[in-house]
Amino acid sequence: MTGNRIERIILSVIFLALVVTPLVIKRISTPRIDESKVDSKTALARHGFYLEEVSHAAGINFVHQAPKLDPKLEPIMPEVASMGASVSIVDFDRDGWPDIYVVNSGEGSKNALYRNLGDGTFKDVAGELGIADVNQTGTGVSTGAVWGDYDNDGYEDLFLIKWGRPELFHNDNGHGFTRVSEQAGLPSWINANTAVWFDYDGDGLLDLFVGGYYAENIDLWHIATTRIMPDSFEYATNGGRKYLFHNLGNGKFEEVSAKVGINSHHWALASAAADLRGSGHPDLFVSNDYGVSELYFNDGKRFHEVGQQTGVGFAPKSGMNTAFGDILNQGQYAIYVSNISEGGILIQGNNLWVPKEGTTGDAIKYDNLARDFGVELGGWSFGAQFGDLNNDGTLDLYLTNGYISLDHNRSYWYDFSKVAGGNSTIIGDAKNWPAFEGRSLSGYQTKKLWLNDGAGKFVDVALSVGVTDTYDGRSVALADLWNRGVLDVLVANQGGPLLLYKNTVTPENEWIEFELEGTASNRSAIGAQVTLFWDGQKQVQNISGGSGFAAQNDRRLHFGLGKFARIEKAVIHWPSGKVQTIDNPAAGQLHKVKEPAWVSK
Amino acid sequence: MGQQMSAPVMPPQRQPFFSLDNRYIAPMFITCILLVGHLSFGILESYKKTALAIVIAIAAEMVLGQIFFHKWLHPASAYISGISVGILVRSPAYWPYALCSLISIMSKYVLRVKGRHIWNPSNFGISVLLFLAPETVASLSIQWGNYLWPMLVIWFLGSVIIWRLRRFHITAIYVASFLAFAFLRSWMTGSPWQSEIAPITGPMYQLFIFFMITDPKTTVRSKKLQCLVVFLVALLEMVLRLHQVVYAPFYALFIVGPTAMLVEIWMDSRREHLATITAAH
Repeated sequence: MTGNRIERIILSVIFLALVVTPLVIKRISTPRIDESKVDSKTALARHGFYLEEVSHAAGINFVHQAPKLDPKLEPIMPEVASMGASVSIVDFDRDGWPDIYVVNSGEGSKNALYRNLGDGTFKDVAGELGIADVNQTGTGVSTGAVWGDYDNDGYEDLFLIKWGRPELFHNDNGHGFTRVSEQAGLPSWINANTAVWFDYDGDGLLDLFVGGYYAENIDLWHIATTRIMPDSFEYATNGGRKYLFHNLGNGKFEEVSAKVGINSHHWALASAAADLRGSGHPDLFVSNDYGVSELYFNDGKRFHEVGQQTGVGFAPKSGMNTAFGDILNQGQYAIYVSNISEGGILIQGNNLWVPKEGTTGDAIKYDNLARDFGVELGGWSFGAQFGDLNNDGTLDLYLTNGYISLDHNRSYWYDFSKVAGGNSTIIGDAKNWPAFEGRSLSGYQTKKLWLNDGAGKFVDVALSVGVTDTYDGRSVALADLWNRGVLDVLVANQGGPLLLYKNTVTPENEWIEFELEGTASNRSAIGAQVTLFWDGQKQVQNISGGSGFAAQNDRRLHFGLGKFARIEKAVIHWPSGKVQTIDNPAAGQLHKVKEPAWVSK
Repeated sequence: MGQQMSAPVMPPQRQPFFSLDNRYIAPMFITCILLVGHLSFGILESYKKTALAIVIAIAAEMVLGQIFFHKWLHPASAYISGISVGILVRSPAYWPYALCSLISIMSKYVLRVKGRHIWNPSNFGISVLLFLAPETVASLSIQWGNYLWPMLVIWFLGSVIIWRLRRFHITAIYVASFLAFAFLRSWMTGSPWQSEIAPITGPMYQLFIFFMITDPKTTVRSKKLQCLVVFLVALLEMVLRLHQVVYAPFYALFIVGPTAMLVEIWMDSRREHLATITAAH
């Protein structure tokens, strides 16, 4: 090697600088986190809101129980039984106050339906209404719930997602529930964590998608073999099948998934539906564990999987959430998929799929801008929802996380990464996995509440606005529980309490809400989109039949408006295809809108 | 990884009809691994990141070659370094790919003793990033299809190529040592033996075994010492694994490889010194 001494010295200095570059980058690019724990007054002044955990004061004392599966799985029970906590919002009795349904997963445990008494408290009425004792031994356990008025009688019905016998309960005018699973034609067993109500064919009747996780031929309490684990950490294809139950309108459903082009054995964990391309038909997004996400374009009759084509189905990760949000107020949805990030071991990063500029319709493509927007790293992330928590006019993002919190000081990560990298014959067999022995796996994590600045950056303010819990969070749902014009937050934790974060927002920021009722469309108006135009900007939201992780937000749509808002109009795209415009709707109130008989512009 | 494999000087022999320059074998093999892995399972998070790593590595080699050797160096070595970084580094960001390639190539020019560089370039670059930027960088440990057939194809092809390059003994000793230590660990910790051998069935180890530990430029010359060194790599790896270090193989090679090189350089120097003294007398 030649080169004079000066050249070598210069090269050495540059080399040294490069070696320390990661430390410099770490210092300057650490995500903006407001970690200061401040009082509510300061939080209100600084961020425009604060959250207060009030579950006990509100009469909610629910603690989730995890299932105890086949004893052969005992060594890794914390992992195989790590999901099930779920929360969904429904006004089951149409009294104008959103109620809360929360599921339990212990054998013999009871689910709870917290009726909103309107005075700041709730009362569990699940037992008297017949939807509490749904985890009886031999029938499996609950892992989620989604609500939709499948018979258009005006009352939201309940589909209970289970590892076990799925259940459909008909809502009898808010006075009770009748189990109609057999009449509806549901299969005898599905090991699912996600389901979505949506009217895929636009016939005015809600259909139901159910995504299997473990294969449906496995009874997790009586396994014939320990080979029940994924056959690959990121390319697994031995998960549960998918179901699309087409609503025949007579209380019966026909399973049509294969007929309409949905054939997948990925390990589905989260799904949601919305008209992502302005086609008038709801598309379906499925986030899969151990694999790529799937995006199904819906032409009203068939589904076409376009994950790779659109860019969202290329890199396999551990998808655990699907939420849609118009984060840039552009009238287009971004899609948030949560994954795993554990420093030094596995940095999947969460995905924020934002429509690529200039692409629309069938040609729409997505870029993952999670890093650019600052919402990439959320630990072992689970449920997340978009919502304007401080009513400033932009959608914020609440993310819960944490996988298994046991011994604070001992981690299972080394053993996890060791086996997960192995061949399918090893990873696929539960007996090859080292025993947990009380160790944690990404446990005790702090949550994320990312405030959207509207210009493409999110700042985590969780701690400073009062979100201080470190439970193993799973499911997040948002609702204006007390009709105050603010979004409250509910979080279901695995093996932990149901948390209710009551929101207080600065009164300077205005808001508007919409409650829609379909006539030609399904009565729940699931799939309807409201685009609000105000102060030179617009934001689109849709009514969802399930989103996040095993969750469902309130069907009423909530828009924050910021200060001194002047609303130009609200445009409603009904699932029937009708378009309705409401000019100058008043801020500060809930607008109840029934689908008109006439067809608008 | 990063140095092209080259066979020892052989006596002249008849040129076969189709003969492949050894310099191209390793690049072709690693390209095959990349293509098989990607076309089968889509192992790459994005083409752009891998391309960035390759381009940076080759560009750095060209520039530094001009500065320090006054010639355009053959790009095969840098190509292997770049593609290795592109496969092994996993990060949502772009900068780790560029930085890792740059550090890897520059280490060959900076970290030299008696005219020899002592760290395998990509082992150095990847180890530095995993150690200093764990919040942004991970390595390929689970991001590959875990199926049997591609693993067997890669093991077979790799073994044939390594055999041809006369470095199969290094691979064989390492694999044998790893397996022996895996069973020992299983006995010591009570973990299923399948979980202890699981890592070697993954793609990270295939790249590690066929490219990193066999790198001729950063391994000692004697065949016996090569066997000893690679055994020590496996031994240190076991110690690190008992302390639950996820990237134990990278760190073990990072420590043992240069140490062995330094010992050899010191012994060479001492031998030369003694020879000089003897000649003087």
